[in-house]
Amino acid sequence: MEFAIQAEGLKKRFGDHEVLAGVDLSVPPGTVLGLLGPNGAGKTTTVRTLATLLAPDAGRATVAGYDVVRRPREVRRRIGLAGQYAAVDELLTGRENLVLIGRLMGLGRRGAQTRAEELLDGFGLQHAAGRPSKTYSGGMRRRLDLAACLVASPQVLFLDEPTTGLDPASRITLWQQVREQIARGVTVLLTTQYLEEADFLADRITVFGSGRVIAEGTADELKRKVGDERLEISVERSESLDAAAAALGRAVSEAPVVDRETRRVAVRLVDGIGGVARAAAELERSGVPVTDFAVRRPSLDEVFLQLTGTGAQTKESGDE
Amino acid sequence: MSEVLALTGRQMTHLRRTPEKIISVSLTPIAMVVILGYLFASVISVKGGEYHDYVMAGVFAQVGLACVGATALGVASDLRAGLTDRFRSMPISRASVLFAYTVADLVTAAAAMGAVAGIGLLVGWRIHGGFFEAVAGFALLLGFTYAMLWLGVLIGLAMRNMEAINGVTALALVLFSFLSNSFMPLRGLPGWLRAVAEWNPVSSVAEACRVLWGNAPASAGASLPVRHPELASVLTLGVLLAVVVPLALRAFRSAAAR
Repeated sequence: MEFAIQAEGLKKRFGDHEVLAGVDLSVPPGTVLGLLGPNGAGKTTTVRTLATLLAPDAGRATVAGYDVVRRPREVRRRIGLAGQYAAVDELLTGRENLVLIGRLMGLGRRGAQTRAEELLDGFGLQHAAGRPSKTYSGGMRRRLDLAACLVASPQVLFLDEPTTGLDPASRITLWQQVREQIARGVTVLLTTQYLEEADFLADRITVFGSGRVIAEGTADELKRKVGDERLEISVERSESLDAAAAALGRAVSEAPVVDRETRRVAVRLVDGIGGVARAAAELERSGVPVTDFAVRRPSLDEVFLQLTGTGAQTKESGDE
Repeated sequence: MSEVLALTGRQMTHLRRTPEKIISVSLTPIAMVVILGYLFASVISVKGGEYHDYVMAGVFAQVGLACVGATALGVASDLRAGLTDRFRSMPISRASVLFAYTVADLVTAAAAMGAVAGIGLLVGWRIHGGFFEAVAGFALLLGFTYAMLWLGVLIGLAMRNMEAINGVTALALVLFSFLSNSFMPLRGLPGWLRAVAEWNPVSSVAEACRVLWGNAPASAGASLPVRHPELASVLTLGVLLAVVVPLALRAFRSAAAR
């Protein structure tokens, strides 16, 4: 099996709205692919199609080696799905939720109980295991939800915006738990709106826009696509901006960009550390008081906004 | 089979933790027993028996009608919570998930009928027939309820919206129980309306129970549901199930959260 998840030309239309306009994806076993994109770009529809919940209008896809349309049962044996909201039964306790899933996955009554205890321990839910899950905090629910999709030790995990609405501490806990699964060799497809999340968890990132893939690569590759490294300095007083700009210009022979509002000067770095050294020396010689001196690379946020910029604008002026 | 057991167990745990559900489906029927069987019984008379005997069969059928809404709400809330997605992403049969809803809610309905029977006995209702006839009557009512539960599953999957479900099923409860012979014989109705009411499964089920229980069966007429209410009941319920169950399974296959 070359790819744990593979999709070719997936199309889906709801009424006259084309949600997927031919999506191609391939995820090698044991790796994590992050799907990034604005609301309505087709991320969730892609996940639902791969998780056998939705039949595509055209195209084909295999998960764990089985066709999602022709062999859905085989696919379902090997996947775990955590949807956009924690799919826990509120009236059941945490333990009962996990035992139920275990019994449905064919672990048997005893097997399901043993597995539930393991997961409750592993996810730090043992103290609340006997309480109905409606009393759980948002973070605990998400953890229970993730535990529930791991009951049958799936090979492929689909996480649809797993940390939306969580506070930072709960988010980091959940990330660590996802990382443990990755370390065990589970293949993960993750959709997210948080670039940090994709940066932290994903090996490769696919950017979606209007139902198609508009960019693909590692986080570093995507950042490089958008722009080079640049040197940014801040000065104390606006009178020294011109002197600082002149000094940077001499150092790297590129035209610096001056932002008077924030008292910042930025310049593109073409020859790496040499340019940084010369810029530091020139600034020192010109005697300009500098408050900040940093080499910056585009953040994934900038990548995201640049790649999906047009999509986001039409969305705003559109019917939503 | 173990899937059905596990899922039914889940529903029974729900029932144990929120027994209010039993009250919610028996509230309207109990009100009807008190209002019609007790308050109005002295001024309404039916041929061949007491009015408080006459109304009870229709009141029991009302429990079944009330279950349509309760089941639909349970199905829709699982759909909204994303639980239906989870079940659908697991290697279990679609039918087992839906079957579990209907089994557990049949228990709810049986408990509610017990409560209604208790109130009925208090206002003077009695079964004037043999033991087996009495049991057969209740079996028919549970069969009717079971068909209603599948209707509830279909409505829950198709409508999703809680407010809409509440509105539609409350209206259906009133419409189906009053457009039947539950609370009055159909003699006085204009011809076309009478035909509609006679073919309403509530009418044939209620009339069959009244015959079985010796509770003042009242109808007279030439149409099939009037002459053979038990046959008409089984027939209409069979047709209803044959239509609704495949539709519910189909709706489940494409059901989506939100």
